[in-house]
Amino acid sequence: MIYAILRRFGQMLFVMFGISVIVFLIFFATPGSDPAARIAGRNASPEVLEAVRHNFGFDRPLYVQYGLMMKKIFVTGDLTSFVNRGWKVVPAVLDSIPVTLSLVFGAAVLWVVVSIIIGIVAAATRDSWVDKLLMALGLLGISMPVYWLGEVMNLITQSRYHDTWLFSWVPPLGYKNFSDDPKGWFLALVIPWVTLAILYIGIYGRVLRAAIIESMQEDYIRTARAKGLSETRILLRHALRTSLIAFVTLFGLDFGALVGGSALLTEVVFGLQGIGKLTYDALQSLDLPMIMATVMYASMFVVVANAIVDFVYILLDPRVRTS
Amino acid sequence: MIEKDRPILETRELSKRFSIGTRFSSQGRRTVHAVDNVSLTVQHGETVGLVGESGCGKSTLARCLVRLYDITDGQLLFEGDDITAKSLAELRPFRRRLQMVFQDPSASLNPRRRVGDLVAEPLRIHTKLSSREITKRVAELFDLVGLLPDHVMRYPHEFSGGQRQRVGIARAIALNPDLVVLDEPVSALDVSVQAQIVNLLADLQEKLKLTYIFIAHDLSVVRQVSTRIAVMYLGSIVEEGPAEELFATPAHPYSQALISAVPVVETTPSGQRRRIILTGDVPSPLNPPSGCRFHPRCPIAVDKCRVERPALTEHRSGRRIACHFPTLK
Amino acid sequence: MMLSVRDLRVSFRTHEGLVRAIDGVSFDLKEGEILGVVGESGSGKTVSLLAVMGLITDPNAVIEGSIRYRERELVGLPARELRRLRGSEIAMIFQDPMTALTPVYTIGWQIAEQIRAHKRISKSQALERVEELLAEVNFPNPREAMSRYPHQLSGGMRQRAVIAMALSCNPALLVADEPTTALDVTVQAGILDLVRKLRATHNSAVVFITHDMGVVSELADRVMVMYAGRVVERGSRTELFSDPQHPYTRALLGSIPPLTGEKPHRLPAIPGSPPSLLRLPEGCAFGPRCPVNYEPCRAGKPVLGDGNHAAACFRVQA
Repeated sequence: MIYAILRRFGQMLFVMFGISVIVFLIFFATPGSDPAARIAGRNASPEVLEAVRHNFGFDRPLYVQYGLMMKKIFVTGDLTSFVNRGWKVVPAVLDSIPVTLSLVFGAAVLWVVVSIIIGIVAAATRDSWVDKLLMALGLLGISMPVYWLGEVMNLITQSRYHDTWLFSWVPPLGYKNFSDDPKGWFLALVIPWVTLAILYIGIYGRVLRAAIIESMQEDYIRTARAKGLSETRILLRHALRTSLIAFVTLFGLDFGALVGGSALLTEVVFGLQGIGKLTYDALQSLDLPMIMATVMYASMFVVVANAIVDFVYILLDPRVRTS
Repeated sequence: MIEKDRPILETRELSKRFSIGTRFSSQGRRTVHAVDNVSLTVQHGETVGLVGESGCGKSTLARCLVRLYDITDGQLLFEGDDITAKSLAELRPFRRRLQMVFQDPSASLNPRRRVGDLVAEPLRIHTKLSSREITKRVAELFDLVGLLPDHVMRYPHEFSGGQRQRVGIARAIALNPDLVVLDEPVSALDVSVQAQIVNLLADLQEKLKLTYIFIAHDLSVVRQVSTRIAVMYLGSIVEEGPAEELFATPAHPYSQALISAVPVVETTPSGQRRRIILTGDVPSPLNPPSGCRFHPRCPIAVDKCRVERPALTEHRSGRRIACHFPTLK
Repeated sequence: MMLSVRDLRVSFRTHEGLVRAIDGVSFDLKEGEILGVVGESGSGKTVSLLAVMGLITDPNAVIEGSIRYRERELVGLPARELRRLRGSEIAMIFQDPMTALTPVYTIGWQIAEQIRAHKRISKSQALERVEELLAEVNFPNPREAMSRYPHQLSGGMRQRAVIAMALSCNPALLVADEPTTALDVTVQAGILDLVRKLRATHNSAVVFITHDMGVVSELADRVMVMYAGRVVERGSRTELFSDPQHPYTRALLGSIPPLTGEKPHRLPAIPGSPPSLLRLPEGCAFGPRCPVNYEPCRAGKPVLGDGNHAAACFRVQA
């Protein structure tokens, strides 16, 4: 067990090292990315530029610069932005983590619960109108782009129908700290949760339905029927349990990616200052320290999410335990 | 011509081990002794049957014999030439003469190609025949294995299991091989079709002077086909001898149990044969028992068997047994 | 009569038309009797017994005829009542023990689940019963085996677990669908021994489906031979094996290589292969492969006569 954790940790370090090197090299290979020019400002004289370059260490070899940057992120924690001078990037990332986590976690709960229900109901009523309707709705959910759906949601809940009894509770866009105002936190996130979850409900519902229907063809389902079990029990205890394996794999990948910053569009639409928004802004302004910090955080999270998935696997499938 | 007195195929203390897991997995790197010190000689024109339960290594041995697997230890000789470590290019001339037929004919034939193409393929790769000569040869082969000339244009799924196995056999004999390794060639077929394929194999052997190595779990089929039989248990040969003799008077306790376990049609209700029922399962080849590998399940095992591993020794002409206390009649 | 099947027909609607998998099968089974059902793939041996179990779930299947179990008609019985019979009075053992158990639950859990589906007893009582059952099917260490997952057991052990499960509610009828086909002969011998022993101790009737004539001749009291969805011959074991009537039974028995004595130079083989159910030949389905077919065989389908030993063949009946 300890060994497995250590191995995961080693894997995480390796991934983070690899990604940071790649990000670093791509940055310096990108035309117009010269950080000295940005720091010195527009119309800076060559002398000023040279001075900035020297002060910030941009004239030193790349590997030294890389080492310095890593030290500033992980050891001293005082790496500052190239764009907004004096802005420390590590605290900025740490501040936006709760926002992203709140958004993704809530949406994940929603999409897991709803898609499991949809998957089961659709599989149980296979080929009936209920199944067809649910799958059509799922497809609709998958087809709607998040930014568009978000804007439509905003239009409905913030302006068009905001004054009706239905949406008058919806607070203005933005995030509230859970510790300061739990109710406000919840209310502010309901609409973003639903928006983000709709896409995944569509995907997960369809995946689970297919997995259950496949499981229902297995020999052990026939055995379960021969045992005289009820169809409900067969579905929930025998078919669903074995179908969740595909579901969990997918969940691990999506959850890791979302927490790592893929919820960007949702964050932008709903004005949430999360990791995605932070990465997006940093990319816009080619702000290497910020990009580096968010990427480090994201890769760490993807590895952690994968480790969690492995653990859930072990709970779900005893065959993994022994091999 | 070929020297008839030299064996066509010979293995000397051949072993095949697989490593599973990595150094980092929970139980570390472990070794499966799939085939363990097998010395076997196959003479021109004979059929050697390999029998044993699943996991005894008979299929692994077969794959080693045609060099589908690399051999871990020991030697493999084809007409006296050591081909144990020959490279793929060096093997090419031997490949033509050494063919294999697999169990599941539907899995070993590409479903998207016409069967005529499938049979012609080895001819295109290994010979310089013109396409006309190839067509002629394919027609000849179809006739040999009992398929109709117009079957050439069909796809594998249009055939029954028996016909597909005929295609597999046609493909294997296309290059006029000397030795054909048949891995469970009739096991996937319906009972009523098995006999046709068994007969076909016998006819082809006679006509084409083939040597067979025949693997099957159906003992009565192996007995019918083989001139000599080797019984395998946990990767090693425990007994070897002429087919009818071995079946009539098996000397190794495992062979006795195996043969007695085969259900046969009894026309008289009283004629029940004495059956030896083995207890326990075949041990894992990851962790084979000490001494004689059969001792944990052997009805006559004594202390010596737990410690000392019996060697495969010749007790009379052509009859080798690996047991401290063989039943010799 | 414990089980009485009359004129059972099972058809499947497919893209290529209606496929009649079972075409008028009738048989009886007495309490405590072992009936061997022999046939090749597509002969309908499995489908007919799945129909008895009510396990044909394909919505495209049409089941006609009558299946009476202890004076109760099973065809058309509501699913709820059928479920009450299944697993308690009628149990089934399947061909492939590798896939017949749910991979994510322990052996003990799966057997206890069946017991608790039919009897109102506590979980611990059920587990005690599981331990007894596993001991009965010769598990060397039943208590330990209960906490094992299917993949941790060998094929033979899994099949024993499946048998223990089938026996858990003392069924009056046990249907075994090629339970030893996937196993090695030495393991098969142990399982056959077990089935014989269980018949003696539980007095269960057994329907044993197989393609292996040898297995049937060792186990069955009576035998039914099927071909292309119909019963071609029926009789006691002695009658059938010492005096086979139907040309198919004769040919099948003849094509098995002997295990002792002189080896024939060539095996007497049956030409051709079993017909596709989509394209059955006119008249007798075995006609095209039959060595003794004549005019009437192409004109109509022979019907299995009455009597203990009967064959559906015009030559025999003539």
